[in-house]
Amino acid sequence: MSVAAGVDVGSTHTKAVVLVDGELAGKGMVRTGFRLTGAAARALEEACRAAGATPEAVDYLTTTGYGRSRVAERDLQVTDLTAQAWGTRRYFPGTMTVLDVGGQTMKALRLDGPGRVVSFRLNDKCAAGTGAFLEKTARYLGHPVEEIGGLVEGAESGVPISGVCAVFAESEVINHVSQGRKAPEILRGAMESLIEKSVRLMKRVGMEPEFTLAGGIMRFPTMVELMRENLAEGVNVPPEDMVQFSGALGAAVLSARRLEQGARGGVRAEARSA
Amino acid sequence: MTYAAGVDVGSTQTKAVVIDEGGEILGRSLIGTGADVVAAAEEAYGLALGEGGVAADDVGFVIGTGYGRYKVEFGDAQVTEIVCHARGAARMFPDTRTVLDMGGQDTKAIRVQQGGEVLDFCMNDKCAAGTGRFLQSAAAALELGLDQLGPTALRGQRPVDMTTTCTVFAESEVLSWLARGRKVEDILAGVHRSIASRSFGLLKRVGVEDEVTFTGGVTRNEAMVAVLEEVLGTRLNVSGDSHYVGALGAALFALERAQGRPAPVTPGGGAA
Repeated sequence: MSVAAGVDVGSTHTKAVVLVDGELAGKGMVRTGFRLTGAAARALEEACRAAGATPEAVDYLTTTGYGRSRVAERDLQVTDLTAQAWGTRRYFPGTMTVLDVGGQTMKALRLDGPGRVVSFRLNDKCAAGTGAFLEKTARYLGHPVEEIGGLVEGAESGVPISGVCAVFAESEVINHVSQGRKAPEILRGAMESLIEKSVRLMKRVGMEPEFTLAGGIMRFPTMVELMRENLAEGVNVPPEDMVQFSGALGAAVLSARRLEQGARGGVRAEARSA
Repeated sequence: MTYAAGVDVGSTQTKAVVIDEGGEILGRSLIGTGADVVAAAEEAYGLALGEGGVAADDVGFVIGTGYGRYKVEFGDAQVTEIVCHARGAARMFPDTRTVLDMGGQDTKAIRVQQGGEVLDFCMNDKCAAGTGRFLQSAAAALELGLDQLGPTALRGQRPVDMTTTCTVFAESEVLSWLARGRKVEDILAGVHRSIASRSFGLLKRVGVEDEVTFTGGVTRNEAMVAVLEEVLGTRLNVSGDSHYVGALGAALFALERAQGRPAPVTPGGGAA
């Protein structure tokens, strides 16, 4: 039995995926907070428990995400781009363009035939193009993040939100509320503005179908629906909540490949014996 | 006796100033703008009248400025804050050639000529980076009051190198520096430095010429004044009334109107 693991230490959430003999066996997710190492350990523990294994049984661990280098027990670290390429191709081998929208970043990737990243663009400078924009909009409306998905499904159309700055959005939201617009329409408007930004970023990498969506923001069905309206054809979304795990999955797939190629979990073993 | 008044309704705070015939400030007030902008303008005006011991009937003309200037319902006219800041700064410091106005949600660089006429200006119209809001986010993350920011930052010996310019991300970056064990004063020193260098970028776009007058709410923050002076390599004109420069400018235009002179023209925007 081989146990391959991947941990994606993201700005907001840390995700872990465990593959046993190449098959998805468990996953875990915790809030990242400011103790990155602890978050990685807890997510991995959760994933291992679901897989019926222990973290000690992991044969190879690949880390990715912004905190990837802070996990001392890793055997390998890869960039988010590499991890997303492998994670999305695992589900959708025809993926040529990946859009990954997380809590504090938005990334567009263009892959070539064999799945190498040939071009990418990212926005991590401005909250208006990331999940933080939705979170702020919801908060200005008095709703926590967990309620966004349910609320927005009740909207038939969106109120135009300029989406230039997540801070300036506050006065915009207040204006809309005072004019009697409801939270669902405003949230949908915020999503539309995110979609517009996403498509612009994807155009800059020379987007081509099939498109695969990833990242925590894509767990909202309305985001996916709006993206389908904008891209017309070939939009894939990993099943259920795997949309949040495709980076961790990609890292785990790379771990499994290393094991197949006969690699041993060197760094981790050393860390254990030290 | 003809009095005049200016009411500067900012995104965060509303300021009002009442002046006499000679343009001297008789009364001033400063309150939070809040959600009811119309009420804030009225309240600020009432307080300034009260401080100056001036009856509303004796005020010949009132001008509203700032983002909420059209909410000054009792006002006789509106003028944009750019020209008001230029005018007010030139009144307080007659040799002003450059004005840096840092408020709650925007920062403006204005180049002026003698007398306070606007030659050029530039502002952060796109986002809240480099504005007072950035300081507010840092204060919230560190659970400090706004008035504690300056004194604390001045104690910083090794400023952190802030990587984000986005005000939303500033909060999490501040917390991550804390988690890495950096001192609050060093983090705040880094925050001030980051805003100062962004302001310098804005100033360079209009051209920095001495004397530079600093206006707006952030003028009360001594660490920001110090770090701006260091970054710009020049002294800044700041006074206890720097927070009221926009309102003063509006009041000075109001005085001219009360005395029968024409309205100022806003650059790029036609008649104000």
